[in-house]
Amino acid sequence: MSEADWLAVWLTIKLAAVTTAVLLLVGTPIAWWIARTRSWLKQPVAAFVALPLVLPPTVLGFYLLLFLGPNGPGGWLTQTLALGTLPFTFAGLVIGSVIYSLPFVVQPIYNAFEAVGERPLEVAATLRASPWNRFFTVALPLARPGLLTATVLGFAHTVGEFGVVLMIGGAIPGKTKVLSVAIYDHVEALEYVHAHALSAGMVVFAFLVLLVLFMINRRWEPLR
Amino acid sequence: MPHLFLPFLFVLLAPFLIPGPATAADVTVAAAANFTEAINRLAPDFERRTGHRLVTSFGATGKLYAQIKNGAPFDVLLAADAAYPRRLEAERLTVSGTRFIYATGRLVLWSARAGVVDKDGAILRKGDFAHLAVANPTTAPYGAAAVQVMRRLGVEERLRPRLVQGENITQAFQFVRSGNALLGFVAWAQVRALPAAQVGSYWLVPVELYAPLHQEAVLLKRAADAPAARAFIDYLRSPPARSIIEELGYTTPR
Amino acid sequence: MSKIEVSLQTALGGFALDAVFTAPSRGITALFGPSGSGKTSVLRCVAGLVRAPRGKVCIDGECWQDESRRHFVPAHRRAIGYVFQEASLFAHLSVRDNLEYGLNRTPAKERRIEFGQAVEWLGLKALLPRGSQHLSGGERQRVAIARALLSSPRLLLLDEPLSGLDDAAKADIVPYLERLHRELSIPALYVSHAAEEVARLCDYMVLMENGAVRAHGALGAMLTRLDLPLARSDTASAVIDATVVERDDAFQLTYLEFNGGRLAAIGDTAPMGAKARFRVHARDVSVALVRPERTSAQNVLAAQIEEIAEDAPGRVVVRLRVGDTILLARITRKSASDLGLKNGMPVYAQIKSVALLR
Repeated sequence: MSEADWLAVWLTIKLAAVTTAVLLLVGTPIAWWIARTRSWLKQPVAAFVALPLVLPPTVLGFYLLLFLGPNGPGGWLTQTLALGTLPFTFAGLVIGSVIYSLPFVVQPIYNAFEAVGERPLEVAATLRASPWNRFFTVALPLARPGLLTATVLGFAHTVGEFGVVLMIGGAIPGKTKVLSVAIYDHVEALEYVHAHALSAGMVVFAFLVLLVLFMINRRWEPLR
Repeated sequence: MPHLFLPFLFVLLAPFLIPGPATAADVTVAAAANFTEAINRLAPDFERRTGHRLVTSFGATGKLYAQIKNGAPFDVLLAADAAYPRRLEAERLTVSGTRFIYATGRLVLWSARAGVVDKDGAILRKGDFAHLAVANPTTAPYGAAAVQVMRRLGVEERLRPRLVQGENITQAFQFVRSGNALLGFVAWAQVRALPAAQVGSYWLVPVELYAPLHQEAVLLKRAADAPAARAFIDYLRSPPARSIIEELGYTTPR
Repeated sequence: MSKIEVSLQTALGGFALDAVFTAPSRGITALFGPSGSGKTSVLRCVAGLVRAPRGKVCIDGECWQDESRRHFVPAHRRAIGYVFQEASLFAHLSVRDNLEYGLNRTPAKERRIEFGQAVEWLGLKALLPRGSQHLSGGERQRVAIARALLSSPRLLLLDEPLSGLDDAAKADIVPYLERLHRELSIPALYVSHAAEEVARLCDYMVLMENGAVRAHGALGAMLTRLDLPLARSDTASAVIDATVVERDDAFQLTYLEFNGGRLAAIGDTAPMGAKARFRVHARDVSVALVRPERTSAQNVLAAQIEEIAEDAPGRVVVRLRVGDTILLARITRKSASDLGLKNGMPVYAQIKSVALLR
């Protein structure tokens, strides 16, 4: 494998790690809200979060390109904040990946919160635990299987992401040229040997991730 | 009472039962993405003149090449360059003697904003901008041409950190059009197709600065005995077709 | 002001609750009534888990809710201990960590129950290192009770803590509850629909029906009020709180005194001087006009008829005052008629010793 390929691998891991961290920070409160709320907004918000499941990634990427571009509302905001525009930057990829993988993280966490139910939180309330304290000492630990699943899925899905990154990345080596784009370029350039090496690596990686996922699920079955 | 339904059955099946004109047939064409607009204009003219029907798949030339190699049912390939048709020829997947240049593309340095790109591309040497969009130089002919231009102008090193790559020329065009890249090397045909208000500013790069963007067409093996496919090849070289192609910003061989 | 004041009005999803009562802030008060009568809703409002739109909840003058001045203390700031129907232990914590959850969140100066004490009371020592997943139903509920106690509540709320348990587990846990009742000064609200449990454990009763309080009063009085359904049910019974005064080892009898006289009960019921509560079914009490002699019944008590009511065809229930204690006797209408029983008449009540139930 060439140095550029290794750069793409490293960049992909970095992107997936940062994205997963952001996803957990963003997705957990969203999942919590959807699981708890009695607002009529529950269903619309849940549907909105699930949108990336339906939209072709390239469509999503194209909208993001327009939204985050200098003429889009997102771009206006980042420019007002003196952050420049986000397409073709690592931060832009993180935002795209977060949106793209959001349902894969929110869904398992939401399921876990639903499974935990109201009761343990009520018990904690009667044991003098404040709402924040209940969340951190009861809801989160009990939702751990869901959080683990979400972490693995979020990471894996970001690694496998292609369309969104292609649309807003600009394939800058070391900055936005991730593994999937590198594989695609190799294929396009008829460099099948390189493509095979990277693809085989990804297949092995995906298998290992799913294996870990299933093992986690088995380990936590008694809690269900 | 089956006889009651017989007339309906006949009506339903009529399109399949009544043969069309003996000479009319479908021509399946694999065309480079940059030629989309041209095909849209050529097809009705061709169909009106010959009675044949054009069925077109658009895509990156490399992808089309891979599909043809793996048995895709195309009669004609309209490539974005000359390399892939030659390759197919060498692999004996074409009808020999049918390869020809149907259009020559022109490279343009374009910005969606007016007053950005000057009339001799000086901005490449001095300009301050964050991103310059190009098509992937290893796979897209326009990308390769853009790199040649930058090299000839001696600005490759200066510009490398600012390059953003589109997977193909369409994507590079989107980067510029959405304003995410202030300027980029795109196809002249793409800029020509824009409404006047969106043309912004551009520099039509002199042809001496890059190898000609010859786009070649070739008749594929499977259409060796298909008169309709040959008719389309002949049509592409005809004056009416050439004038449509030139109108869109390509040149055609004299 | 040593009382629990509750006044709650709410309509939760088609179910209207309008519960008003006061109860003493000592001993165990039963919230008694059939399923769906609103007992648990009252408990949840008292805990602050639910906020009734109109309501007032005060204990010893300190109000946790007073909507007249828009005052509401959320559950986690109320010094309550809540034992749910299912033990609801934290699955991710060990028994010890479950017990310490509330303890650690109780300010040191408010702690009145020590860890070791609660563990001893509920017999949990051997369970401490275990995961909360691997306990029997009775063990889980014991842990839940100790956990609630360790947050040093001013009021204990128990929501049918025995109803999810099988008979063996119930038998296992009741002695612990009785011990808490005797030794602990924390008042409790105890939700139940089982008369037997209530008769055994409670001191005061709030009777609920269809989301409203039908009546409330001291347990003995409530069990024996002929205008309430309890005294008319087949299992109608009264309670006698007595003190152990003598043992007859030869006949394996225990003698007890209460404010209406002296009783003999079978077996080694409790240590000398200890308080013991007995439940006496109305069907085990018979009535005589003269002190019976040569009867097999060991217990003959002088009584006065307070009220007679026909509770089923051919059957009457007689309310008897024995000292300060009230007993019920169920007899046939014919017997009542033959004996000419009337309100205010002095009579003798006979109770077989074998019918005295702890």
